[in-house]
Amino acid sequence: MPKPEILDPQGQAIAGALGRLGVAGVAEVRQGKHFELDVADDVDDETLHRIAGTVLANPVIEDWTVRRA
Amino acid sequence: MTRIGVITFPGSLDDGDAARAVRYAGATAVPLWHADADLHGVAAVVVPGGFSYGDYLRCGAIASFAPVMTAVVAAARGGMPVLGICNGFQILCEAGLLPGALVRNAGLHFVCRDQRLRVLAADTAWTSGYAAGQEITVPLKSGEGRYVATAGALAELRAEGRVVVEYVGAAPNGAMDGVAGICSADRRVVGLMPHPEHAIDPLTGPTADGLPFFTSVLTALAGV
Repeated sequence: MPKPEILDPQGQAIAGALGRLGVAGVAEVRQGKHFELDVADDVDDETLHRIAGTVLANPVIEDWTVRRA
Repeated sequence: MTRIGVITFPGSLDDGDAARAVRYAGATAVPLWHADADLHGVAAVVVPGGFSYGDYLRCGAIASFAPVMTAVVAAARGGMPVLGICNGFQILCEAGLLPGALVRNAGLHFVCRDQRLRVLAADTAWTSGYAAGQEITVPLKSGEGRYVATAGALAELRAEGRVVVEYVGAAPNGAMDGVAGICSADRRVVGLMPHPEHAIDPLTGPTADGLPFFTSVLTALAGV
């Protein structure tokens, strides 16, 4: 997800569209990315965090979380 | 003759114009291929504009891991001059050679126009041919050209005189503090969103204001 201090014009455009569709009560939209990785059972959390922090996300502008499903 | 490398990634657009600018400046343009980690003995490298790897993931993100970039990053840390233009600037930020990042333009529109810039730092490897404060006009053409950095990083860039070029008037893409281009602490790696390589001859560009980027580096290399 873009960090809170990073302006997200795409999210703003979606929020504007919701207003035009007549949806009330949506104060803000933030747009991010979601990756699904199919990994072997022996891939540990440390590896997943390294993948997320060095490739999938740019820590300068994005926050990220890792979740196992 | 000085050999300057110009990288081609899948999706590079402006490698041809960058090589032409290198030749206009009086150097030999050496094509470098993204998958080849050998820099072929070049003295400096231009990372050109375009949409490397389709800009998938994030602009410049996948290119920053290409074999040639591993060699460029190592050489740049050793003092080799590197110029990143547009997508090349995005790649240098993703590779960690320059601080900050480039994100979607504030207005969401792709901006394509001749842009007035102010050269603030005339003491980098790529801008010694300008006078500090000089205004130039070169094309700007990007959809994700809004420079962002942490407040601390931005203050440090300003304090150290590392904002190389800034937009004259309001930044057309919402860039923080009007930043159009920056340099590394050793002033040999420069990245900017506008395209000096498209403005080297009034016959084919709005001005010849961009040519000093490519002649400046020859001066810097001659001085080593």
